[in-house]
Amino acid sequence: MKSLFNYIKEVVYAFVSLAKGLLLTLRYFVTIRKVNITEEYPNNRTTTISVKERFYGEVVLPHDENNEHKCTACTLCQIACPNNSIQIISKQIETEDGKKKRVLDKWVYHLDSCTLCYQCIDACPQDAIEMKNSFELSVYDRTKLIYQLNRPGSKLKEKPTVKEQQS
Amino acid sequence: MISMIEFTDITAWIHSLLLSVMTPTWTYIVELALSGVTALVVLLVCVIIMVYMERKVAGFMQLRWGPNRVGPYGIFQVIADVIKLLLKESFSPNRADKVMFNIAPALALCVSLMALAPISWAPGLTMWDTNIGILFITAISSMGVIGILMAGWSSNNKYSLIGAMRSGAQIVSYELSAGLSIVTAVALAGTLSTTGIIQSQADGWWILKGQIPAIIAFLIYVIASTAECNRAPFDLAEAESELTAGYHTEYAGMQFGIFYLNEYINMAIVSIIASTLFLGGWMPFHLPFDYPVVHTFNYIMDFIPTWMWFFGKMFLIIFFMMWFRWTFPRLRIDQLLKLEWKYLLPISIVNLLFAAVIIVLHWHL
Repeated sequence: MKSLFNYIKEVVYAFVSLAKGLLLTLRYFVTIRKVNITEEYPNNRTTTISVKERFYGEVVLPHDENNEHKCTACTLCQIACPNNSIQIISKQIETEDGKKKRVLDKWVYHLDSCTLCYQCIDACPQDAIEMKNSFELSVYDRTKLIYQLNRPGSKLKEKPTVKEQQS
Repeated sequence: MISMIEFTDITAWIHSLLLSVMTPTWTYIVELALSGVTALVVLLVCVIIMVYMERKVAGFMQLRWGPNRVGPYGIFQVIADVIKLLLKESFSPNRADKVMFNIAPALALCVSLMALAPISWAPGLTMWDTNIGILFITAISSMGVIGILMAGWSSNNKYSLIGAMRSGAQIVSYELSAGLSIVTAVALAGTLSTTGIIQSQADGWWILKGQIPAIIAFLIYVIASTAECNRAPFDLAEAESELTAGYHTEYAGMQFGIFYLNEYINMAIVSIIASTLFLGGWMPFHLPFDYPVVHTFNYIMDFIPTWMWFFGKMFLIIFFMMWFRWTFPRLRIDQLLKLEWKYLLPISIVNLLFAAVIIVLHWHL
């Protein structure tokens, strides 16, 4: 008799526990507008989407409002890069006072072979390059992944002289 | 009754129209073809709705949106998928039994479509109005495994074979308790004809009139029919985590599509049978009491057309089956057989006994 009672108890408990699970999914089903966790990505790219600042998306060379960057073409980043994603092409120019000077001509960045390891940014003595958290980088042709980071007509930002610093 | 166009008026009009242009023999043949095509088209439209519904229900229960890219709310997703399946190559492996491999999907579909014949769709609208409709359906629904077994055997693949054998064991087991639940409803109604069973529920559905045994029989029928359709949590024949895709591992293109279609057609048929037996098929919701308020209620319920009741109940039971699928984890094969032989079968036998007592003593309403 006790075993029969246990059998019935087992069946009733089974139905109760199944009903608990069913009620949970039913609650999700009817309150989907509140509990939904989907990021509707292409629709929310201007509104609710957020990517953390520390996300490594691509290397950029920031320019200020005068179209000046901080890269001195020292090629330390190119040396630091483990898979040759960076090509620094420099040129010789003559300054006003007759000195010859090596400046940046093209800062070529191969995003297709970059592993986003951050070593170029660590190596840079001028803090000229930065990592940006952009993520919409896909293109239809891999040749389009080769960027020239310095803008046309941009030049090296002059360091403030000692006099300017004092004043 | 309310004066509106009934389905019988339409069929009578088509019959007289056909008789006016051709001989009675040709009329008979054309009507046979017409009724078959109509039933198939209605069922295919239902399947398209069910596939979309399944994906939306799955999404909502898993806290996501489901398909929402193709068309508004993703309603054209199913059509896009069907076009993809139609355009794919139907490939058969080198060492498969080619003839069996290629006829297995068609055979599975044939067997499940045969169960459509005695179903009563609306008052007076039955393809084969026989007095053994439910017996025919129970005989046919246990044949559904033959296509699965053929597919698994002829694929010459161990995963397919294991899936097919599991499906065989499952259907042999669960056919018993599904049959016993059907017997309970048949004993309450006192007839095997689908039309007769529906008409016996004119003053209230059996789930309401048949006291507790009818409710238990309904629950057992829904569980057993979920297992017979090879749907989760009983989808051991597919078991994608263990057996790749089970019996249809080697199928591609529209041959796989037919198996997929077959699953949904089986689901639709099982839901129609459950609603016929326990929820009154196309019969409106009536209460079996004799008060003026109840009479008014019953009169108001008659205003809702019968096709709405029929498809409403069908999709309600389909929703139950989807709800189970997206809530419960899959059972192991020994748990599956234990559930049937240790729980469902003894309970349904005892339940049938109680139902018999209630019927003999006229305790049902």
